[in-house]
Amino acid sequence: MSGTFIGMPAFPQAARASVHDATLRGNLRHATHTIRGKREQAVAEVADWAELREAGKRIKDHVLRHLDRYLVQLEESVTAAGGVVHWAADAEEANRIVARLVKETGEREVVKVKSMATQEIGLNEALQAEGIRAYETDLAELIVQLGRDRPSHILVPAIHRNRGEIRDIFTREMGEWGRPAPEGLTDSPAELAEAARLHLREKFLRAKVGISGANFMVAETGTLVVVESEGNGRMCLTLPETLISVVGIEKTVPSWRDLEVFLQTLPRSSTAERMNPYTSMWTGTRDEDGPRAFHLVLLDNGRTDTLADEVGRQALRCIRCSACLNVCPVYERAGGHAYGSVYPGPIGAILSPQLRGTRSEIDASLPYASSLCGACYEVCPVAIDIPEVLVHLRERVVEGGPVIREGNKVVLRPAKGHAAERAAMRAARWALTRPGALRTAQRLASRTRRLRPRTLPGPGRAWSGTRDLPPVPPEPFRDWWQRTRGGKDEAK
Amino acid sequence: MSSRERILGRVRRALADVPGDDTPYEQAVPRGYLREHGERSTEETVELLAENLADYRALVHRTDAGGLAGTVAALLHRRGATSVVVPPGLDESWLAETDVRRVVDRAEQTPGELDRVDSVVTACAVAVAETGTIVLDGSPDQGRRRITLIPDHHICVVRVPGQVVSSVPQALERLDPVRPLTWISGPSATSDIELDRVEGVHGPRTLEVVLVTGLPSGTDGS
Repeated sequence: MSGTFIGMPAFPQAARASVHDATLRGNLRHATHTIRGKREQAVAEVADWAELREAGKRIKDHVLRHLDRYLVQLEESVTAAGGVVHWAADAEEANRIVARLVKETGEREVVKVKSMATQEIGLNEALQAEGIRAYETDLAELIVQLGRDRPSHILVPAIHRNRGEIRDIFTREMGEWGRPAPEGLTDSPAELAEAARLHLREKFLRAKVGISGANFMVAETGTLVVVESEGNGRMCLTLPETLISVVGIEKTVPSWRDLEVFLQTLPRSSTAERMNPYTSMWTGTRDEDGPRAFHLVLLDNGRTDTLADEVGRQALRCIRCSACLNVCPVYERAGGHAYGSVYPGPIGAILSPQLRGTRSEIDASLPYASSLCGACYEVCPVAIDIPEVLVHLRERVVEGGPVIREGNKVVLRPAKGHAAERAAMRAARWALTRPGALRTAQRLASRTRRLRPRTLPGPGRAWSGTRDLPPVPPEPFRDWWQRTRGGKDEAK
Repeated sequence: MSSRERILGRVRRALADVPGDDTPYEQAVPRGYLREHGERSTEETVELLAENLADYRALVHRTDAGGLAGTVAALLHRRGATSVVVPPGLDESWLAETDVRRVVDRAEQTPGELDRVDSVVTACAVAVAETGTIVLDGSPDQGRRRITLIPDHHICVVRVPGQVVSSVPQALERLDPVRPLTWISGPSATSDIELDRVEGVHGPRTLEVVLVTGLPSGTDGS
């Protein structure tokens, strides 16, 4: 069973170990740099990328603006096509619904397509508590599950593992779960993929219940879309008799036509392919093709709370491509586990504190897990301004204020540990609105510049521990400007 | 209160601050993006399809109506296939020149039985040149989704140029969302080991696409 994120320390503590792990940093650097160059190429191939990005953003904004209407329409379409729609306000309710549906089939095991939503709600652990075994079938999820590990990337949850480590995990663990790894397995990626194929084959062929998420749900037609590469998705979506899909409510798009935007932007952003190997689309159930029973569990779990935040709600546009992780300098060095959530990287830093609130140490620290360089915004195929939301969430952590939690308005208290920062900001505001006082202070600082300390005292010590204090100029800028008329009379 | 009412209520309260917006959906989204990328003749579009299919490791073959049965027979023979599953509505003549044992796609078949079949031959609904994609829609000449999934060798016949479109937007226009759809771009692959692409995981590891001229394309009736 994969580990959990409960009780995670704040980001800086969690990252401290990983930045000193040379293997991890090597693995991450190799993987993210490989994909970065390829993504750029794949995006450059389409001349209208900017227009596609804008359209994707506007479709998602429109859906979110009218989410109630589109959810009701989606429910009608799915029901009319033979599906059954369930609504889950939180993780616990979603897990309860899925466990009940599995038990009603009389089965004790399920096969799973990779799904962020089911990771988020901890479905595997919940099913295990009910005596149901869930088999992950995506290669990277399999590596994580067999290694009793935690996911560290949205698209490639085992990105922190290199081929040698994967070989060791397969050789050691596969026998525990079913067909053991072939004798003499090497670390060639093709052989590792073959080992996964053999190991999972028997599970696919006998599976009676499949569990998935979905990349998109079309309100107009009731169609669900799963985008994948390996074929494990197709196996889980078509071979079992019962299919249960757990999907976040924000995955809705209004019309069939909207897929023409996302089916162009998602593959290029995520795996840097013109098109991913397999995309499955299904509408309810179909006689004699695929599952006879289809259940759709619509998941809130903090999404409506996020929707209530006028700056933060743009995070709900996310299509989980993971391009922002691959370009992030912080993610590349800290690794995914430090984010303490199934959503790591820049998008995780704005999504987790909104879905879960900022009360825990890790969630309150996530908005700071960024240098605000803006690379994430640049590559985002739905133009989420991640730096803007990060700054907004920092403000919320420091200042406190009203937020929505589980549908109710609560007032957050200002976070502890930011007292010095708040005092500094208050002092800055006071000085910057009083030009006379500012001038006096600047001149005093210039005259005493030889006395400048190397490190700050008191609460400033941590800040200056890793930074040089900026040098104080011999003359304040405004004095210099007035004396030389902006540099024109520099000779004077 | 049911969770349905609770969630819908939360959505409505969450949006209470947003000014009313009556822009109809049709006008809410600017669709300034291209319907297709670049201008190409029909031949060039087919050429691009072949290139992009090959780029993602599909094996591409070309023939005309008269040579199709021979091509299919040769591909099955080269593969060493002893059995081939065929969808119920596949044109009989496509398999006229092979004596490989035919397994007809039936609802009662178990996945385990299909796992013992070597190859599958199908038609397709549409092919997308810009992305090197073939789309299956479960029509009688394509069969149930599982028959193109479990056997390790898939031969897919594309009627060119009638079934070929340039782009993803054009493909969606031709497809019926009510049908179960499978978009296939090359053989099964994964990027899960060090974010590098490796072909061959759970789906068919060999995808052969036969581009055939001179056959009427089923979908547009031409």
